[in-house]
Amino acid sequence: MSVLLPEDPTPIAKVPSTENKTGGWRTFRPVIHYEKCIRCYICWKFCPDAAIYFASPEAHAAPKEALSKFDTVEINYDFCKGCGICANECPAKAIELVLEESAEGDEE
Amino acid sequence: MKKLTIPEEEHMLSGHTACLGCGATIAMRYVLKALGKNTILSIPACCWAVIPGVYPHRTLDVPLLYTAFEVTGAAISGIREALDAMGKEDVNVVGFAGDGGTADIGLQALSAAMERGHNVFYIMYDNEAYMNTGIQRSGSTPMGAWTTTTPGGKKRMYKWEPKKNVAEIMVAHNIPYVATATIAYPEDMIAKLRRAKEIKGPKFFQILSPCPTGWRHPPDKTVEISRLAVQTNVFPLYEVINGKYKISIKPKNPKPVKEYLRLQGRFRHLTEEEIEMIQKNVDDNWKALLKKERCSQEE
Ligand SMILES: Cc1ncc(C[n+]2csc(CCOP(=O)(O)OP(=O)(O)O)c2C)c(N)n1
Ligand code: SF4
Ligand code: SF4
Ligand code: SF4
Ligand SMILES: [Mg+2]
Repeated sequence: MSVLLPEDPTPIAKVPSTENKTGGWRTFRPVIHYEKCIRCYICWKFCPDAAIYFASPEAHAAPKEALSKFDTVEINYDFCKGCGICANECPAKAIELVLEESAEGDEE
Repeated sequence: MKKLTIPEEEHMLSGHTACLGCGATIAMRYVLKALGKNTILSIPACCWAVIPGVYPHRTLDVPLLYTAFEVTGAAISGIREALDAMGKEDVNVVGFAGDGGTADIGLQALSAAMERGHNVFYIMYDNEAYMNTGIQRSGSTPMGAWTTTTPGGKKRMYKWEPKKNVAEIMVAHNIPYVATATIAYPEDMIAKLRRAKEIKGPKFFQILSPCPTGWRHPPDKTVEISRLAVQTNVFPLYEVINGKYKISIKPKNPKPVKEYLRLQGRFRHLTEEEIEMIQKNVDDNWKALLKKERCSQEE
């Protein structure tokens, strides 16, 4: 991390918090099972860490044809703290929480 | 292509230091989605003073001026008047403070700001205790709750005084807009913020923001508990525009308060009789609110 010194007498915080990779806090990893995901974006809506992003419709297979034109969602594991809200709120039960140690390698 | 029910724009970054599952963080995310980038915030001592991370980190992409615990009302008054003097009347000025900073220590500065009629938003994110310093009781802590200063036992009881009704105190200031909201209902919260944005003068919001650390609930239950607070009438959603009440959600068959209480460790000690007492308190408050809606709409 680079420390920026203030140019003027007022200290202004300029380093974005995205320097801080809070993914390291995680005990449970939310994993999206795309074959169940109905692309409703409820997980995106409630994530307290703004760690769910949109991806192209083709990035993942859709459970049915009618859904295939909608954008998909992906979890940014650099920042996801593993709170599990997304899994609890997902109406399709498409998100599973797995113990971080037993999770397979990052999808990055 | 996507169909979203809340704005896509994001002004709160990832990488902040809130506990996992923090409701206050979800509240901030929605407030900035609703008000947009042309906003200046002032935040006193509270969890949100710590959530952006230590200097030189920032987690919001709008200007944020930290202030002392008790003076959010004064800080936003000054920012507003300075901006207006500079001709920047279109900037949203927002005080964003905890329940301790609002119901207790900052109440005087808030009252003065509301009475003077500045064109500001004041948002109380209500996590029902002084969380940042270790879960001490505030005036906004609900009846029956455990906190570290109401630990229960022979000498010191759980909190048995009813929750101070700050939204009602604001209504008594005759300001043009007062509303309650909570994080399980983002569309409702954002619609209210946008309505309020069109109103010139003081606007007050009380946003119930569950706190897994202080309420002793698993972090994945934050949104579910917020929803139950509305479905049980524990925390009714309403707005008061120029003195007229409008209840936003009237549950057809309200769930028993027990369903809300049982998910939270801070209520674990409650006996059946005590739960009955809390249920009665909730029912009485709900009836009083219905009456206020009826009377204020009749005029
Ligand atoms: C005058 C003063 N007294 C006490 C404190 C210590 N203090 C900092 S944050 C805080 C609790 C804030 O509680 P609340 O406003 O409910 O916000 P929360 O931490 O719950 O988000 C206290 C007591 C302080 N900073 N200044
Ligand atoms: S909440 Fe579930 S179904 Fe909806 S977009 Fe997220 S993973 Fe998919
Ligand atoms: S587990 Fe929590 S932090 Fe991670 S993506 Fe889901 S809601 Fe966001
Ligand atoms: S103590 Fe509660 S309000 Fe404070 S950051 Fe943690 S979860 Fe959020
Ligand atoms: Mg608090």
